[in-house]
Amino acid sequence: MSAAIGATTSGHGSVEYVTFRLADQWLGIPVLLVQEVLLAQRIALVPRTPAEVAGFLNLRGQIVTAVELRTRLGLPARAAGEAPMNVVVRHEGELFSLLVDEVGDVLSVDGAAVEPPPPTLDPTWRQACAGIVRRERGLLVVVHVHALLRLDLAAA
Amino acid sequence: MDDLLRDFLTESAENLQKLDQDLIELEQRPHDLALVHSIFRTIHTIKGTCGFIGLPRLEVLAHVTESVLGAVREGRLMVVPSMISDILQSVDTIKAIQGELERSETEPAGDDTALLGSLQAWMDCATTPVSNSPMAPTPAAVRAIMASNAQAQAICASTPTEVSPPVFTPEPDELELVGGARGTFEDFSTGEVLAIHADAGMVARSTGESRAVLGTPLSAPADAGISPDGTDAAPTLPPVQAVTAAPTVATPPNAPEAPRTESASGEARGSIADSSLRVNVTLLDKLMNLVGELVLARNQLIQLSAADDDSVYAAPVQHLNRVTTDLQEAVMRTRMQAIGGAWSKLPRLVRDLAKASGKQLALEMHGAETELDRQILQAIQDPLTHMVRNSADHGVELPDVRRSAGKPEQGTIRLNAYHEGGHVILEIADDGAGISVEKVRRKAVERGLVPADVAATLSEAQVFRFIFEPGFSTAEKITNVSGRGVGMDVVRSNIEKIGGTVELSSREGRGTTVRVKIPLTLAIISALLVGSASEVFAIPQIGVVELVRVNDEVRHRIEEVQGARFFRLRDTLLPLVSLAERLVLSTTSLPDEYNIIVCQVGELRVGLVVDEVFDTQEIVVKPVGRLVKHLPVYAGCTILGDGRVIMILDTTGIANEALAVTHAEQAAGAATELDASEDGATESVLVYDAGSTALQAVPLSLVARLEEIPADQIEEADGRALVQYRGALLPLLPASAAMDLRARNPRPVIVFTDNGRSMGVAVDEIRDIVDARLTLDQATHRPGVLGVCVIGGRATEIIDTNHFLRQAFGDWFAPAAQLQRGDTHVLLVDDSRFFLSLIAPVLRGAGYKVSTASDGRDALTYLERGDRYDIIISDIDMPAVDGFALAREIRANPAWSDVPLLALTGRSTPADRERARACGFDEFLVKFDREAVLSALQRLAATAGVPA
Repeated sequence: MSAAIGATTSGHGSVEYVTFRLADQWLGIPVLLVQEVLLAQRIALVPRTPAEVAGFLNLRGQIVTAVELRTRLGLPARAAGEAPMNVVVRHEGELFSLLVDEVGDVLSVDGAAVEPPPPTLDPTWRQACAGIVRRERGLLVVVHVHALLRLDLAAA
Repeated sequence: MDDLLRDFLTESAENLQKLDQDLIELEQRPHDLALVHSIFRTIHTIKGTCGFIGLPRLEVLAHVTESVLGAVREGRLMVVPSMISDILQSVDTIKAIQGELERSETEPAGDDTALLGSLQAWMDCATTPVSNSPMAPTPAAVRAIMASNAQAQAICASTPTEVSPPVFTPEPDELELVGGARGTFEDFSTGEVLAIHADAGMVARSTGESRAVLGTPLSAPADAGISPDGTDAAPTLPPVQAVTAAPTVATPPNAPEAPRTESASGEARGSIADSSLRVNVTLLDKLMNLVGELVLARNQLIQLSAADDDSVYAAPVQHLNRVTTDLQEAVMRTRMQAIGGAWSKLPRLVRDLAKASGKQLALEMHGAETELDRQILQAIQDPLTHMVRNSADHGVELPDVRRSAGKPEQGTIRLNAYHEGGHVILEIADDGAGISVEKVRRKAVERGLVPADVAATLSEAQVFRFIFEPGFSTAEKITNVSGRGVGMDVVRSNIEKIGGTVELSSREGRGTTVRVKIPLTLAIISALLVGSASEVFAIPQIGVVELVRVNDEVRHRIEEVQGARFFRLRDTLLPLVSLAERLVLSTTSLPDEYNIIVCQVGELRVGLVVDEVFDTQEIVVKPVGRLVKHLPVYAGCTILGDGRVIMILDTTGIANEALAVTHAEQAAGAATELDASEDGATESVLVYDAGSTALQAVPLSLVARLEEIPADQIEEADGRALVQYRGALLPLLPASAAMDLRARNPRPVIVFTDNGRSMGVAVDEIRDIVDARLTLDQATHRPGVLGVCVIGGRATEIIDTNHFLRQAFGDWFAPAAQLQRGDTHVLLVDDSRFFLSLIAPVLRGAGYKVSTASDGRDALTYLERGDRYDIIISDIDMPAVDGFALAREIRANPAWSDVPLLALTGRSTPADRERARACGFDEFLVKFDREAVLSALQRLAATAGVPA
């Protein structure tokens, strides 16, 4: 999968990614998938949804399903008092908001620079990971939005 | 896609659908020229556009079909069912090609040779203009011929079976050429000469199946004697002179004429076209969404301006409010469609089913103009089709079966739609074979949906509900027509998904009716806002029956039975479901005052417990998205005036989950109303405090003795409690699990006896002996409990003493093993459902085969229909036919006069005994001494010579 990304982008030069941070790890998703980025919003809790579903938010009259990425990727909960940011994406006709700690810059990454994920990567991360980019200040994990939104509904 | 192609496909789709209907109508009214014209025009338009766009396959098909229709239009061919079938096949093929066009934008390849051949054959059948014939008809003659064709057809149509007009299948050598006609045929039996316009080749081809029309009498036939297969030459058609019916103005079926006809019809249609127009559905949906947003914004403004009394905004906001309401209503109406739209494919379906099965089916549709929301219409389409298929497939019988049943050979399927309250009612009825209640009852028991003894006591309506259980099918075989997998369970779930209900009623031999009730609309609904554990939710108003506020005055009506809570609402025991529990909301115990929302869930009523009730609002239903869709508790979500997102609850989903109630249990437990008229006698019951919060009761007749045992006499051996009692060891069972037997001194004990053995049930306190009407209110299926009912205003569990006896003596009922009862069949007659369910298991446990009847009249019905019993046990007091009358009837009939009769009754006076003897009872026993009954049965069986 990641090899495929390398293959498709290397021929086309660079791809732009919206970067965001979860704990001390930076991740990126293609900018074209991102509709907008928002500060913390009022989220309505929806009882009995899977743990990863934080609830619904109202975006100018549209219902957006908020997915807490920390939970999704097995990280501990955000400290009290730390507000998340929202990365709003559209997927299969619906709006989702990925809850992250901080949103960074939009990075332009050359296709060739995207490497396959290391086998040592945590399995939960690995199934969402499209590739790894080495940067001066650490690694950028490129992720698949559709994988992030694939939850185990039966477990709910 | 090319605009031209898209427009063509859209317009054709509509026209083709209408074609189906028109063709079927034409089959019924073959002389309706206006129909013929309309059908012709449609095909003609398709043909023209095909040629223009460049769709050769379609063009050829349309062309040949159009030719056939053209010939009909000109009177050169008459309409017969087999022709309609071929044209319908052509229409189907055209639709299929268009479907493929839509998908891939290219015409699919295909071999239409056979179809084209059939259509061409009709063309060959048509009379051709014979311009050089001295007998070429004048226009007047043509009209006369067409008129007489019509008459002949009318005569044919008046015979009940499918008939075609007179057909003669002469041998080729019988053809003679006379005059300019292509051939005449002299009917040697009648001496008539008729003209045939068929090729010899054509004649040789027609085998058995009648081809159109050719007897072309100039004047009407004197009388009908027309036979369907045309083999006999009965029709007394007068001699024919002229032959052709082709007007000399043969119109070439080509473009030049088209515009003229088009514009002519166009003008006629002008007024209709002006009042409606075609709008893209996506655009309408968008409009609907925007209005929804407007409604939300309006709600917001109202809230804001309400907060500020003197605001200058008040008046404009009010105006906006009115306008928005009107706009909402108007847009909602654009979504409203006549239900007839969902019915449009049904006539064709019924026709095809009739042909496939050989049955005669008529479809009646009433209330086609009844409107409902487009979304709902879509949702009921499939269930509707399935139910009509069912009626055609399993309901209506074959003609000869119907005839021998004294019914008209043609079966009718009747659709009826109308508004009622906030709902649309849709009935699908047939006058077919109906459904046997007993068959369904047996099947339900076989499938383990309900225990046999409970099944015996269910009403018809309750039994029919089993039909909606998955996998339930009483059809002898599953045919291709109804198909597998689309069962009535899917029908019900589809209908319930849109908030509707469905129920079935049937009269065996007379027919079946399915009644569907669906809400008018789904998009903007009236909802009740409620709160639980500081969260707010919306409940659609449509499912809410009433609200009850629980405060100090009313609190005593809450009953708790083994952890399940009920509320006594007038005469009903309402099961309670806590919203906070269902949604796993963190909450402390119930607040002092709270509310119960009484909801209608299918046929049941359930009370949803919430903390607060706020107000009712019009809300816009928004879908929840795929990460939440799977939860049965939500029906959607909405945005309130203040921008908050709240969930809309699905009360059906919540209730079903909470009660884990299968529909079978709903059926069994649906008698939540204290229907005193169902159970005849009152029973004396002993009410005691079992040590839990609920009271328990046993029928007094089962009790041997009441004792008070000093605590120090209670011993323990082998893990069981015992007491020395009257020279034997009496096992003691606590009435509730947590009881410490020695905690009370003396300990009250209820003693039961059977077969010389006794056991005691230790209780906390004997409360009372009351005469109560026992109705099993809620089938709890807990072992040892027959049911819950209200005695003296309190929910009380009725204990199954057999359960205790079995616990004390594992082999209490083992005696059955020693006795080969074989097939001794006992009929138990008693109007008390409670008693039947008490006694029947005892008899079965003793090895007898038991049937039950709830009244003397039913017992007589069973006997009359041929059922045979070895022994009959009957109550005396029964409403319709009492025990005395039953006994007299039985003794009076030589067929049954020697069946042993045992009276089992609460009456006990000597006069009663005497009267029972006089009426014919062999023995008389008072309820309910188990030992006595069993030994009496043994005696009676012995004298009658049956195994006992």
